[in-house]
Amino acid sequence: MSRTAQAISLAKAKGESVLVGYFPAGYPDIQSSIDACVAMCEAGVDVLELGVPYSDPVMDGLVIQEATEEALANGFRLRELFPIIGAITAKVSTPVLVMSYWNPILSFGLEKFAKELKASGAAGLITPDLIPDEAHEWIAISDELQLDRVFLATPSSSPERLNQAARSSRGFVYAVSTMGITGAREDLDKAARAVVSGVNASETGTPVCVGIGVSTGSQVAEINDYADGAIVGSALIKAYQHGGIDELVNCVRNLKAGSSQ
Amino acid sequence: MSNLRDQAGPYFGEYGGRFVPESLIAALDELEQTYLAAKIDPTFIKELDELNRDYVGRPSIITEVPKFAKLVGDVRIFLKREDLNHTGSHKINNVIGQALLAKRMRKTRIIAETGAGQHGVASATAAALFGLECVVYMGEVDTKRQALNVARMQLLGAKVIPVTTGSKTLKDAINEALRDWVTNVSNTHYLLGTVAGPHPFPTMVRDFHSIIGKEAREQMLELTGSLPTVAAACVGGGSNAIGLFHAFLDDDVKLWGFEAAGEGIETGKHAATLSMGRIGVLHGAKSYMLQDEDGQTVESHSISAGLDYPGVGPEHAWLKDLQRADYFGVTDDEAMQALKDLAQTEGIIAAIETAHALAGVIKEGGKLPSGSSILINLSGRGDKDMETVGKYFGFLDGSNE
Repeated sequence: MSRTAQAISLAKAKGESVLVGYFPAGYPDIQSSIDACVAMCEAGVDVLELGVPYSDPVMDGLVIQEATEEALANGFRLRELFPIIGAITAKVSTPVLVMSYWNPILSFGLEKFAKELKASGAAGLITPDLIPDEAHEWIAISDELQLDRVFLATPSSSPERLNQAARSSRGFVYAVSTMGITGAREDLDKAARAVVSGVNASETGTPVCVGIGVSTGSQVAEINDYADGAIVGSALIKAYQHGGIDELVNCVRNLKAGSSQ
Repeated sequence: MSNLRDQAGPYFGEYGGRFVPESLIAALDELEQTYLAAKIDPTFIKELDELNRDYVGRPSIITEVPKFAKLVGDVRIFLKREDLNHTGSHKINNVIGQALLAKRMRKTRIIAETGAGQHGVASATAAALFGLECVVYMGEVDTKRQALNVARMQLLGAKVIPVTTGSKTLKDAINEALRDWVTNVSNTHYLLGTVAGPHPFPTMVRDFHSIIGKEAREQMLELTGSLPTVAAACVGGGSNAIGLFHAFLDDDVKLWGFEAAGEGIETGKHAATLSMGRIGVLHGAKSYMLQDEDGQTVESHSISAGLDYPGVGPEHAWLKDLQRADYFGVTDDEAMQALKDLAQTEGIIAAIETAHALAGVIKEGGKLPSGSSILINLSGRGDKDMETVGKYFGFLDGSNE
């Protein structure tokens, strides 16, 4: 079974809100990103989404864009991703999903990238700009290596495409809550519920987590009522920027506990 | 040879595809379906033909330039005068087509990216004509070097948003337009200005520009009784080049594309994507691109904002691999000299983008057999570039060159 799906069902069995937390690799530097990710996991994040800094992040809002630009300006190199994953997975058992745009992976070599992912202890990959239609090779390699793969499902996806996202994903399906890019929003679109039920209609049993615009504990709690988990990114980075690891940890705990900040 | 002209996306060989967030797939599907229905709909065809004739000013003429040809050798040179189109470049061909499609899809808002400003101006023009809201994303660096075009867009009623992220040039303007589109896709059409991007853009934009080659092919046959030896054009994203090349793909006509070699290929400061790039995915399509060993996009450099782009359309990547078209680099200095040469021999002021094709023909044309004929796409006029040209040649600071 998928390690990610296992972690999600374990947290659910305990009656907890499931929280997927994003942090960029190499931000603001390599060691700090390892420390921040380990702290997030110890504070209760159920799945860690580790972002790969990329020059053209079209799915990301300003907070993540600026953080990943800073990581690149500070010299982050793709080959450093794997030791970062290794350092995190050595300390915590939380599944680590790497979130990467497609070109860095293509440039590195997909097969080599997948093998390094596996060797470093990562659970799999979230691909924001790779749709299942273009993912034949990745699907084959991830099957072979038993890596999780997360595709996106959105309010504009047809029922057929929601079904395809459910069938193609392993670990969870990333349900986009609202039309737009990453970044905190006050009101979560009701569209998220429709995406979740559309994915669930596939009856594949693949969990569905909701992301884009999720920033408060009450949103996380609300999402966990109808989905299998909530994904938070920008709000965690803002907390870290504001008060370092202490505030990052507080933010994780508040999100997890369902309390508003 | 099979019919290369019949190739339509999503793939050109291994290039093309749709490497975009799922959020855009429904919009791309809708666009493709709308386009496929429109291109065989007599009403649409008639409307587009009438706009091309009565608004754009098509067909554009071809002009033989014998004095300029003497700089090349014993050849005849003909210019396809896309600079004479309304708004001053070939960009309007695609914009009118896509604006009509936006109307068909009942979208009330169009967004566009622009580098040199020509596509932004053409988009703002079409938005004014069709009563659409228009937002143009333009790298902050480009808003400064093309200030006149910013003013033109504003005069036409468009909102110009300077993009301050990344390298602050065309590639970042496309990123920002894609983010806007992801967010506002229900009422917004992204009027992409070149033959790059996810399917169906490379095929659709090519089709709207293929009128350039169709007209020129007939005009050459009528004027000279034969097809040209060579068809030549500058290549940034590649829209004017593919527009010219497409009609000749299955003919015995050499195809030459000229990329911006900037300060020289060896300096690393260039935009010669096909000559120096590696295969990758940028802005939704697989093609050649300028990238470092980590797959991070590398900033391109060119004196011409319109060629200053680290990617290129997938059909060009395919034609390069098939060796059906040849691509060469032309430096800033070579392009500027050729711009001046054409102005002073023939009284025609080309855009700096277009001047790369002129310079390339000067360099490569002499190798052709005596009596060869070369058809160059004169893709745009140079009025917008007068500040750059004036500074380059010292016309503006009172000194000589």
